[in-house]
Amino acid sequence: MSIALGEPAPDIALPDTEGEEHALHASGTPSVVVFTCNHCPYALAWHDRLLDAAGDYAGRARFLLVNPNDAERYPADSYEAMRERVRGDGGWPVPYLRDESQEAARELGARTTPDVFVFDGEGRLRYRGAADADHMDASQNAAWLREALDAILAGGEPDRPETEPVGCSVKWRA
Amino acid sequence: MRVELLWWEGCPSHPQALADLREALREEGIPEEALEVRHIATETEAEEAGFPGSPTIRIDGEDVSPPGPGEPLGLTCRVYRLRDGRISPVPDPEELRERLRRVKERTA
Repeated sequence: MSIALGEPAPDIALPDTEGEEHALHASGTPSVVVFTCNHCPYALAWHDRLLDAAGDYAGRARFLLVNPNDAERYPADSYEAMRERVRGDGGWPVPYLRDESQEAARELGARTTPDVFVFDGEGRLRYRGAADADHMDASQNAAWLREALDAILAGGEPDRPETEPVGCSVKWRA
Repeated sequence: MRVELLWWEGCPSHPQALADLREALREEGIPEEALEVRHIATETEAEEAGFPGSPTIRIDGEDVSPPGPGEPLGLTCRVYRLRDGRISPVPDPEELRERLRRVKERTA
């Protein structure tokens, strides 16, 4: 299943790499939920742009990176590998959550890593798709995601509420 | 010369890899008949083909960007590093051309 634009975020909380639980939505603050992973070149190519956006919107929007991939078949995406990655980077400015049951990915209808979902302060989906138009062009600077956030923070609707997510397929459990 | 492109549909990079490869073949004057495109659909096929991920390009059996030792085989997406340092889902096109040129000169 998947949620449609305007529908509420599911009531799901996931653990970050330090074990702290984070709800997908927090009342009053827009939330950016990005399904991502450790091993996909598209996810890696967009990673720094997403962290930059998280820094630029700090205090105005929450960013949550979520790894939903089946770690049995893809050990590079295990909880331990996620911890090692974050610690190896000296910590991340945003939580990196493990969706072990894949419930969040299923409920939201995530298709790829990365796949970006932006919820408004009431927890309703306002944007879904790619962060920007080109994973190879850092100057794109997560423009589509930023446009959506700017519109939501200004109390409006994104001009471009949906784009095609681009990346590696989510690795579902068999 | 035998050029292989092995791909898996879980990564959207194979059309780009195929386009880059065809352009490199054309630029190096290598007939497209040398190219074999092979779809890898299952883990068993990946094991049998020694497939470390999509896309994989081999020239006369040699990977244009050999995977590191111990890198597992399977249905996954490969991570390449371009010469300018960027992470990419496909090999560096210039590196691809150079590899083709070297093999072509070696076998001329």
